[in-house]
Amino acid sequence: MTAIARSTKNINWPGVGRSILAAALSIALGLLIGALFLLFSGQNPVAAYTSLLKGAFGTPARLAETFVKMTPFLILAISVSISFKCGVWNIGAEGQLIVGAITSFWAAMTFHFLPPVLLLPLTAVAGMVGGTLWSGIAGVLKAYFNANEVITTSMLNFIAVYLLAYMVNGPLKDPEGFNFPQSRLIPESLELPRLLAGSRLNIAFLVALGLVIVTLLFWRSTVGFRMEIVGASRRVATHVGLNVKRTIILVSIISGAIAGLAGWGEIFGVHFRLIEAIAVGMGSLAVVVALIGELHPLGMVVSAFLFASLVVGGNAMERSAGVPFALVDVINGSIILIVLARSYLFRGWRS
Amino acid sequence: MNLNLLTTSFVIGVLAASIRLATPILLSALGEIFVERAGILNLGIEGIMLMGALSGFLGAYWTHNLWIGVLAGMLTGILFGLLMGFMSITAKANQVVAGIGITILGGGLSTLLFRLVFGLRTVPPTLKIFPTLPIPVLSRIPVIGPVLFEHNILVYLALILVPVASVVLYRTHFGLKVRAVGESPDAVDTRGISVGRTRYLALIIGGAMAGLGGAYLVLGSLGLFWTQMTAGRGFIAVAVVVFSKWDPGRALLGAWVFGLASALQISLQTLNVPIASQILLMLPYVITIIVLISVSRRAEFPSAYAVPYFRGEDK
Repeated sequence: MTAIARSTKNINWPGVGRSILAAALSIALGLLIGALFLLFSGQNPVAAYTSLLKGAFGTPARLAETFVKMTPFLILAISVSISFKCGVWNIGAEGQLIVGAITSFWAAMTFHFLPPVLLLPLTAVAGMVGGTLWSGIAGVLKAYFNANEVITTSMLNFIAVYLLAYMVNGPLKDPEGFNFPQSRLIPESLELPRLLAGSRLNIAFLVALGLVIVTLLFWRSTVGFRMEIVGASRRVATHVGLNVKRTIILVSIISGAIAGLAGWGEIFGVHFRLIEAIAVGMGSLAVVVALIGELHPLGMVVSAFLFASLVVGGNAMERSAGVPFALVDVINGSIILIVLARSYLFRGWRS
Repeated sequence: MNLNLLTTSFVIGVLAASIRLATPILLSALGEIFVERAGILNLGIEGIMLMGALSGFLGAYWTHNLWIGVLAGMLTGILFGLLMGFMSITAKANQVVAGIGITILGGGLSTLLFRLVFGLRTVPPTLKIFPTLPIPVLSRIPVIGPVLFEHNILVYLALILVPVASVVLYRTHFGLKVRAVGESPDAVDTRGISVGRTRYLALIIGGAMAGLGGAYLVLGSLGLFWTQMTAGRGFIAVAVVVFSKWDPGRALLGAWVFGLASALQISLQTLNVPIASQILLMLPYVITIIVLISVSRRAEFPSAYAVPYFRGEDK
């Protein structure tokens, strides 16, 4: 814990204030752009955003649901941020989550004879291995074949989606599932304990928060520092004798393991079975969450919460106000562009 | 599995389909060649294609004129190309993340606008696509005729644009500027050529072509619009550009390889091969990765690739 104390002691508070202000401004502008589209199409933005807020925070149950969604967002954002800090533009979190979900489910079914105390950790490890396998492909291709990771990870996302569809329609399909594309349920003894009765909020949320602390420590370690150097400049990294290729592969492995863990959390904490739509849109959201959080673990806690509210609220908004959920994607895309261009857009505000 | 179907007509069918399926990739890749030659990596093509598809659909649906749809798709593509230009040239933002942002925005906005215009329907609105236009005489040649000369006008347009792009890139003053800006922006700047303006022009071409590629999906192929209908074709186009070594002629080859993989995938499904459809659907994406790694190691990227240009004074 002393490392955390140290890492909070050196915080540049005015800098943090400016970051929060800039992030708030970017999000406000993104919401404004969304409101303009609603106005333009004859919808009432106030009503839409009110139903969004109610959907995300209206009742304790809704708030708990926001935390449920926040869990994979935060884990995936941490996964993405580690790649990004090393200059690896991995947008494959979605595919890694999916493969992690498949392998963790497979482990639960294959080693069902083990006692839950052993089996549950084993499934988590299996999920991490699955995510690593998937991200490792892109990492090796990047390191040894110079293959652009944005393209390979996006292709691997599509392949993972079809792999999951194949699994739940083929080898892992529930034989008593009335022909639905889904697997059988995991045994109840493997379901992650709930944190709040009557909600889906579970231990995976605490795992995500634990991961935040581990990541804070990680960036203070030698390995983390090496990765940051590789991210800052490949040339400098080579010059000081770092093995850039090995670092890129290591980063891919770590990112993939974390994303795979998110898949495990979704299966054992939320769905209890494999379904086709476990990860839709999560990959791109993870990128937004990581960027708004400025790739800082604590920043990402805040942004994961904000975007989870946006998604949970956005779903409620679609149901109650009839506003398409795609509005949330428009807001997210706008926010990324505003955040990227903000040093240009807000250049007069520096004082 | 019915082996009788593996006859000449089957092969011709697959080859003809491969040309049609290659077209949207080819169109987007041709535009992206100009963008990357000018030193910008536009990973927003996926989003631009989706916006082109939506605009193409709306333009043609409302006016009952397919060409207005084509124009609408290209104009929207240009707008999004300019947005990428603002991000990468004016704001000097990270191009990779800007591209991801444009892809998310284009995906969300195209879905949102479609839903706002048409609402939720059980039967989606459709339109009649460009008719097949067999070229007289040539389409009668055995095998080659039906493969190459029995398509709609947009397919021919894409094929004609390959030599056109080559000529513009290698034989015109503008092409020279584009290549020079991507190789040594400093040198170009000292000659009094605006690096920014040349890159914006390249992005206008790239945007228009990606918009056209998206519009082709709707107006030349499917007659429908649906959420995320491009299914990764924008990223595949970027992979094709790397494969092409930034050359339009090789881009045709790269796009065709993808088209062939897609066509094979579809016909294997109709043949009832004992392979699950989901596995077959992976084929084009797997091929794209293989194609990408087969060339990337030796690829010589433009020197100023993905590097924002700062003039001496504001370095």
